Amino acid sequence: MIERTLADRMHVDVPLLIGLVILCSMGLVILYSASGQGTDIVWRQGIRMFAAFGVLLLAAQVPPATLARWSIGVYALGILLLVVVLLFGDVGKGAQRWLDLGFVRFQPSEMMKVVVPMVLAWLISEGGVPPRFGRVCLSCILIILPVLMIAKQPDLGTALLVACAGFSVLFVAGLSLRAIMGFAVVAGAAMPVLWHFLHDYQRQRVLMFLDPQQDPLGSGYHIIQSQIAIGSGGLYGKGWLNGTQSHLEFLPERSTDFIFAVFCEEFGLMGALLLISVYAFVIGRGLYISVKSQHTFGRLFGCGIVLTFFVYIIVNMGMVSGQVPVVGIPLPLVSHGGTSLVTLLVGFGMLMAIHTHRRFLAE
Amino acid sequence: MPPRLTLKDPGQEYNLVRRRVLFAAVVMVLLGLALVARIFYLQVIQHEHFTTLSQHNRVKIAPISPMRGLIFSRDGVLLADNRPSFSLELTPERIEGLDQTLVELRRLIAIGDADVTRFRELLKKKRRFEGVPLRFNLSEEEVARVSLDRYRFPGVDVVARLNRYYPLGANLAHIIGYVGMIDERDVETLDKSNYSGTAHIGKLGVEKAYEELLHGKVGYQQVEVNAQGRVIRVLDRSPPTPGKNISLTLDVSLQNLAVQALEGRRGAIVAIDPRDGGILAMVSAPGFDPNLFVNGIDAASYRRLLDSPGTPLVNRVLQGKYPPGSTIKPFLALAGLQSGVRHSADETWCPGWFALKGSEHRYRDWKKGGHGRMAMRQAIAQSCDVYFYTLAHDLGIERIHDALRHFGFGLPTGIDIGGEAAGMVPSRDWKRKVFEQPWYPGETLILGIGQGYMLATPMQLAAATATMAGRGWRAAPHLFLSARDPINNETVGEAEPRQEKRVVVDDEADWDEVITAMLEVTHGARGTARRIGQGAPYTIAGKTGTAQVIGVGQDEDYVAEEIPEELRDHALFIAFAPVESPRIAVAIIVENGGSGSASAAPIARILLDHYFGAKVRESAG
Repeated sequence: MIERTLADRMHVDVPLLIGLVILCSMGLVILYSASGQGTDIVWRQGIRMFAAFGVLLLAAQVPPATLARWSIGVYALGILLLVVVLLFGDVGKGAQRWLDLGFVRFQPSEMMKVVVPMVLAWLISEGGVPPRFGRVCLSCILIILPVLMIAKQPDLGTALLVACAGFSVLFVAGLSLRAIMGFAVVAGAAMPVLWHFLHDYQRQRVLMFLDPQQDPLGSGYHIIQSQIAIGSGGLYGKGWLNGTQSHLEFLPERSTDFIFAVFCEEFGLMGALLLISVYAFVIGRGLYISVKSQHTFGRLFGCGIVLTFFVYIIVNMGMVSGQVPVVGIPLPLVSHGGTSLVTLLVGFGMLMAIHTHRRFLAE
Repeated sequence: MPPRLTLKDPGQEYNLVRRRVLFAAVVMVLLGLALVARIFYLQVIQHEHFTTLSQHNRVKIAPISPMRGLIFSRDGVLLADNRPSFSLELTPERIEGLDQTLVELRRLIAIGDADVTRFRELLKKKRRFEGVPLRFNLSEEEVARVSLDRYRFPGVDVVARLNRYYPLGANLAHIIGYVGMIDERDVETLDKSNYSGTAHIGKLGVEKAYEELLHGKVGYQQVEVNAQGRVIRVLDRSPPTPGKNISLTLDVSLQNLAVQALEGRRGAIVAIDPRDGGILAMVSAPGFDPNLFVNGIDAASYRRLLDSPGTPLVNRVLQGKYPPGSTIKPFLALAGLQSGVRHSADETWCPGWFALKGSEHRYRDWKKGGHGRMAMRQAIAQSCDVYFYTLAHDLGIERIHDALRHFGFGLPTGIDIGGEAAGMVPSRDWKRKVFEQPWYPGETLILGIGQGYMLATPMQLAAATATMAGRGWRAAPHLFLSARDPINNETVGEAEPRQEKRVVVDDEADWDEVITAMLEVTHGARGTARRIGQGAPYTIAGKTGTAQVIGVGQDEDYVAEEIPEELRDHALFIAFAPVESPRIAVAIIVENGGSGSASAAPIARILLDHYFGAKVRESAG
């Protein structure tokens, strides 16, 4: 028996953990500036992060075999909770997303970001890769059902991420390129139908993207101000707490969706490259862990989590720098907020579990 | 452990996944490079361009909060107003020597220590270049004084805001509710962009229930600012859409009179128009001043309200649960007639007590010597307990439960401002579930006089009385009458009361029987409320009730003077008038008020006299 280190016994992957902690710390530093030196808000976010890392540790203790076994049950529970939300959920910001359990409020749609790739990884690994036609169809149903329910709430950002999480598992599992093309065609054809089912405000948002001048405080203004913030930051930035764009309140959503613009303004290109490198490190380490996994379930599930994490980053940064339309997706681990933080770290906890429980087959 | 994760063809699977991951990694790197290229373009190539833009960034978009809709009574009395109020605000970034400025300001106008403490608190939470209020509600003289010396105080401004104000204060606190500062919990659930310029949100009552109508839609203005972020001029403006003005079904003079009637007591009064469910008056006494909550109530005042023995913050009308006492009797009488268990002429002998077969326990009548022979009409008029012990016994718990449910007891009435308790109509199943005990026959008996497990809110009593007045037809009680657009005064929404037949009897004459008996209560020679019927120019159908707060032992007597006030009986009275075509139904509860006939019924007469008197005057004028 090989001697097990403390990290091994706690089922923690140290490089990954360090990467995540650095990201969160960078988040706190820039949040302090973006919130106008709000000590309260930084303190609360710090406590949330601390708690979320606790949850990560818990998630890391669960052996992947158990995850696989329970995935379909957890998935069914998630669907049930989504139904409950649609029927009885709290209406927040004009959308039904929250479930109030008295002591805690939470979003079932959030947990589907982890549960959907988990159940697909289980489904496909049971049948072997590449998946046969029947399993692909079944997978699509498992993806589309929650995505539609979440879009109905309406929460397009989360629906998009859940869909990405599911399809990235299918992709990694070796779905034939012809099938992928087929999906693209079907998705394109479904657009007009989907339009019909959109809420008024969602249609409004799409129209707004096509014609930004419509809404004075809308996407057009956001994008312009955000690009000014990034551009004026230059190579080395204006310095911490010295960003004029954010502190004079030209920049909207400074501490949430647009926090990357504040970061770029104050730390410049060097800071941005540093942040992107840390993200790249976390993604690289995540993919390494996933590929090295000893079973298909771990490989597929791990890749699903990491690829979703990537989509998060690229969509947010692309939106802030004006390459992608404005979608309400935060910068993972850096943006202010608690719900997505917990889901992300639970995902990484499970990734660590895949890695650190890796000897269970040999035993 | 049985490995469920079976390996089909490990080598092949591994290779396939690895190929795909490599492919994905390449795509990710390419996308990442594109992103870096974009940022490089913005930050290095276009750096000068954007630096210029940022230095010349002078145009900012600021939200303009919409004016909150006003609330009126049915007859046009203003119940919730927006009043301009001046506050003194400091912007620390523009002040050199904050402490010195504070000292000098305190020399100029009255600024208490509490103001300074709150100011320091707010200072911690504020954003840069945001004004922080130091004093609210400046008087005109104070405004003048500060304005005269303003040149001495850069960074100190007198700011005019519209503040919600409730002219009738405590009289309507439990109806209108109040607005308060938006807090963290509100932020989670509201539309951030629409509330970007708004500081207040409805927290209770009509203000909360009709928040969406009252709030309106935010407007925006493009403003030019200087390098410090101060607004220099307005470039463009898209005005906000003000909230809708709301009219309520309330009759304010009746409401005020009802408040007066309960002055110094604890209790509740509800008056409903049985034709459409419109609430005419709704009082929970004691009340509280809702104006205290608008800009945040200070801790000491809040504690005082919480600790007050009269619990003024509790809305007794919707959340107070009381045993209905004898007011339940007309409803049971109707159930007796409809089920055929009783005919109106059937007589019961009342010796002053009732005992179940084979039991020693005597269930007592309120009248020691007994009432003698009682038919239904006399039994209701004189509130004979033994008659109703017997009737309840013959009906049985199931039929009683169903009949009371039909009248809306044990269920929320569906009032449009929400927040109501459901009350309680016990049943066999309920008791088995909650106490794991069977239902005892004795419990059916005391249910016959509205005691025991049965609990009703004053709103339920009023709604049930209205249903009696409407001979089974009922509309959900509501406060909302109409909404108007404040700009063109066009009606944009109206209450649509829907009447529903809730209680169905085979013989419509059953209604006449019970209602005539209720008429006897107030107009009969021996009616328990005959005093209030005397000289009334209209007909009243009523029923008194006295609800026990504590049990009285088998051989004890109830002597009010010997019992502490909070354990004395509750006084109840329900009524509707005029009997021929009912226009108002009332329910009155005076906590620990003693007997219904002595303390609750006279209030009804005052209210009805006023209501019909006012109507007479209205049509004469």
